[in-house]
Amino acid sequence: MRRIFFLFIAAIFCIAFNNKLVAQADTHHAITEAHSTDSSVAEHNVPEHKESPVDKIMHHIADANQFHVVTFNGQHIYFPLPCIIYNRTTGKLDAFMSTKLAHDKTYNGYHMHHDRVKPINEEEKIFDFSITKNVFSMLLGVSFLMIILFVVKNAYTRNPNKAPKGIQALIEPIISYIDDDVIKPNLPHKHNQFRPYLLSVFFFILVSNLLGLIPFFPGSANVSGNISFTLTLAAITFILTNVFGNKHYWGHIFAMPGVPKFVLLILTPVEILGMFTKPFSLMMRLFGNITAGHIVVLSLVSLIFILGDNGNSIPGALVGTGFAIPFVLFMSALELLVAFLQAFIFTLLSAIFIGMAVEDNH
Amino acid sequence: MFYLFNAMDLITPDFGLVFWTTLIFLLFWFIAGKFAFKPISEAIKKRGDSINDALNAALKAKEEIKLMQSDNESLLKQAREERASILKEAKEAKDSIIAEASVRAGKLKDEAMAEIEAQKIAAIADVKQKVGQEVSKLALEIAEKIVGKELSTEKDHQALVKSLVDKIKMN
Repeated sequence: MRRIFFLFIAAIFCIAFNNKLVAQADTHHAITEAHSTDSSVAEHNVPEHKESPVDKIMHHIADANQFHVVTFNGQHIYFPLPCIIYNRTTGKLDAFMSTKLAHDKTYNGYHMHHDRVKPINEEEKIFDFSITKNVFSMLLGVSFLMIILFVVKNAYTRNPNKAPKGIQALIEPIISYIDDDVIKPNLPHKHNQFRPYLLSVFFFILVSNLLGLIPFFPGSANVSGNISFTLTLAAITFILTNVFGNKHYWGHIFAMPGVPKFVLLILTPVEILGMFTKPFSLMMRLFGNITAGHIVVLSLVSLIFILGDNGNSIPGALVGTGFAIPFVLFMSALELLVAFLQAFIFTLLSAIFIGMAVEDNH
Repeated sequence: MFYLFNAMDLITPDFGLVFWTTLIFLLFWFIAGKFAFKPISEAIKKRGDSINDALNAALKAKEEIKLMQSDNESLLKQAREERASILKEAKEAKDSIIAEASVRAGKLKDEAMAEIEAQKIAAIADVKQKVGQEVSKLALEIAEKIVGKELSTEKDHQALVKSLVDKIKMN
């Protein structure tokens, strides 16, 4: 039963990606043809002329101002997202729905380029505070998480001191595991202070990872594989480490005990560098793992179109499909593991870094 | 070149996304931390404590029962030992009483026997004496009566003996 369910998921996976890629490939042909006849607007679209799978994949894992749902009869269907643009050059703040710019329309001097809002005048600089695809995904994930967590919390207040049931029994082992194996060993005295942060980080990353694995509309965004996302979380760990770091922590950075003075001249810069490399490694690890997972899955799906010569060779496409399905299936299973693993590692390393700074047990 | 541009785009943090991630995460941290993770952890800890307490209480009760059982057993053992010792004492007492009684009885018997013997001997002696006197007296009387006269002289004695012998010879 479980195996059948798994195959079903895999099939959906493949179909969803196939449709998307085929459809986009088709329409891009149409668009480039249209542009070639209209040379006045074709200029910025020149690199699109022969869009390779690499561009497609990069486009997929990047953020977007509109959420592409499906392409039907050569028509892109987008989920509209609000755009909030601050124009640094003119000092104007614009807020509009992405539908205003959909299908190569322009609005207030903005247009959509690679699914991102750009000023038509390329000399203008903007800050994009839009609810993008990734922000939308994050909000969705957090709402979902909040509902689950409050249901679980209510289960505890309703039957205190009873065995967990249902969703409570699903979440409790995760919380207990993180608490007992990650938080308490690394923060033996201050676990109460940092437990909310570490659990929040874990669930936030986990839900983002898992949402990214869903290959169709509300999911599929590469949230936790976006450098901005990982940068933010790593920065918060960095800030907590340094704000709550005790005198032992600072002592180990600026005056490593038991080390001769002249060695400190070399050691102190290394230690200062170490303050930044730790959160940097956190940032790059999560970003690299999740992005790589998305790229591998998308590459395997792209094989169908490479071997099938974008729909010109049916046998090639069949070979590609036969090759892609088992590999995508395997990769998806692996990514499921990675989703949990990376959330766990981020939490573990955050706990270790914070623990080294705030605990004085050595 | 286009690929490189894309790759650079990939690792360039986007200000807007950083802003929203920070906002969403901080909100999540605050709300979930305060209203979900804290009460959940507390509830788990409380439940763990209550389970621990219950287990400890059960263990304690078990130990108490064990203690009571061993108490009962020791009491029973003690009672058994006491019974055995009482029985042993009683047996010893019985044996000693019997032994003493038999010794005393033997002594009494011996004494009685000795007295009996002594009295017998005395009685016999007495009887012997009395009988001897009587017999000698009687013999003299009888002899006087038979002889009928005083055997005062030697001639008399010889005459008598001769007559007696004659009588016997005639017989």
